[in-house]
Amino acid sequence: MAKEKENKPTIVIEKRKVDFKVYIKRYWQLYALLALPLIYLLIFKYIPMLYVQIAFKKYSIGKSVWSMPLAKNNGFEYYIQAFRDRDFLYALRNTLLLNLKDLIFGFPAPIIFALILNELPFKGYKKVVQTIAYMPHFLSWVIIGSLSLQLFAQDAGMVNMLIEKLGGEHIKFISDSANWVRTYIGWGIWQSFGWNSIVYLAAIAGISPDLYEAASMDGAGRFQKMWHITLPGLKPTIVVLLIMNLGYIMGGGMERPMALYNNLVMDKADVIATYVYRVGIKGLRFSLTTAVGLFQSVVGVILILSANWISRKLGERGIW
Amino acid sequence: MKVKSTKAQIGDWIFVFICFLVSLICVLPMLNLLAKSLSGSEALIRNEVYLIPKGLNFDAYAQVFRNSKYVRSFFWTVFLTIVCTLVSLTMSTLCAYPLIFERLKGRSAINVFITVTMFFNAGTIPNYLLMQKLNLLDNPLVLIIPSCLSIYNMIIMRSFFYGIPDSLRESAEIDGANFFQILWKIYVPLSKPVMATLALFYAVGRWNGYGDALMYMKDEKFYPLQLYLFNIMNNTNKMEVATQEGFSSPGLAASMKAAVVMFSTIPILMIYPWLQRFFIQGVTLGAVKE
Repeated sequence: MAKEKENKPTIVIEKRKVDFKVYIKRYWQLYALLALPLIYLLIFKYIPMLYVQIAFKKYSIGKSVWSMPLAKNNGFEYYIQAFRDRDFLYALRNTLLLNLKDLIFGFPAPIIFALILNELPFKGYKKVVQTIAYMPHFLSWVIIGSLSLQLFAQDAGMVNMLIEKLGGEHIKFISDSANWVRTYIGWGIWQSFGWNSIVYLAAIAGISPDLYEAASMDGAGRFQKMWHITLPGLKPTIVVLLIMNLGYIMGGGMERPMALYNNLVMDKADVIATYVYRVGIKGLRFSLTTAVGLFQSVVGVILILSANWISRKLGERGIW
Repeated sequence: MKVKSTKAQIGDWIFVFICFLVSLICVLPMLNLLAKSLSGSEALIRNEVYLIPKGLNFDAYAQVFRNSKYVRSFFWTVFLTIVCTLVSLTMSTLCAYPLIFERLKGRSAINVFITVTMFFNAGTIPNYLLMQKLNLLDNPLVLIIPSCLSIYNMIIMRSFFYGIPDSLRESAEIDGANFFQILWKIYVPLSKPVMATLALFYAVGRWNGYGDALMYMKDEKFYPLQLYLFNIMNNTNKMEVATQEGFSSPGLAASMKAAVVMFSTIPILMIYPWLQRFFIQGVTLGAVKE
């Protein structure tokens, strides 16, 4: 098998001008295989893009999107409404703030964890720790929301029970919005640090052992090796992931905030996704929320494309 | 191999200890939940349960199994997860396999067509209106079809396919095999690791997801487990649910909630450790794009 690979037949023959009929006769099977996925994408990803024009039109049931009348102010009526809506402005601010805090506190966690794991002397123990650390990634946000209540509820939560036992005052972990943001970020780190460490561990595994050996010869200590060998080895991965994460700062689904928030903390917890769900699907204000969603998507695309561009400019690999 | 100095050994043990603490933080919330699900109601009302059950009993679990709505939702979700995983794996394979042929005409156009959908999402409302138009609202298919292909997962599979030596398929082509046969006889059998990984990703995604059901599914019969749990945790008309489903006495309610959550997590917790080798490879493949 290895031998065959070496004298891989050149594909030059294929580059000849091939008669279209001959080509199709040979390759139709590949197009047949692709048909289903492409039709799926066309229907479920591209048709909704046509519906985006609702953002600029007055929505009415029963009319096709093409025949709906243009909204006031050259179609920008709903953007004006959105940016005058206090709830939307809060949601926009919260989306940015929560994502930014996720990045600041959540991004370094898997790197530190991977560095620590790398120092463990026992292989078997390392494996057990890894398995346990991956566990939270497999829990749904609904379950994490329920764990959060079990731990942090005001009376029956384990943490407050402990605080009370030690003679302290109950802390409003969940019903006070500033504390709620902390628990939200904390659960985010808890859920993802182990899983996200996989990429860093793979990168560490790719660093040549010779480097460590040579450093040991020169008398480098544990932390010197970490600082001068492991971290530089991780740098490309860190840079790419950091930039990409910056690109997703406007994003975020509704499952996490919805499973964790409650009515008392909405001022800090309502994000664009939950706002769109509440005002759009529950409140049926389709045009307004389509406009908001489009705004989020467009800003998101711009951020991701620029992130990718920066990543390439820095000489790192992009995401595609 | 030289013997480590005492200083280095102490350092090692410090890291061992840190990792022990980290693991503890990961499992403590689950232990607390488990303890609550196994405790007696008096101990729960008096807030005495930490990590070890008090007044050990399995009443809460017995109640959960007797709750026909829960049992129904559980098995419906098991079924849904299996179907979704099979459909999604098939779709991913259908999409990934043809794209590894560099000779495929229009390949780059198709790649652009696919990549665009990764970066631009029309948004919640246009998607909702599409489901409405396709008569998928309240239809159980809405939990299967709209999420049946993840481009991210497809790329992982494609990267794996690229790792299979070209010579294998070229020699098969020379022997007169067609593209279907090459896929079925060469690529699928060699791709067990990536299939296992993606099966896990898709299965976990379906098992844990509730956002789509929350938006598209009004019919309680087809609520996936997570939405059922979400409603128990957040129900606005708590009284109604309480009297209906045996969440009446506050102590039992607490242990039942814990038992329901615990039981819903067990299937995944039992599966993922066995697939660890595979998903590590999958995540790494996903990070390294060609």
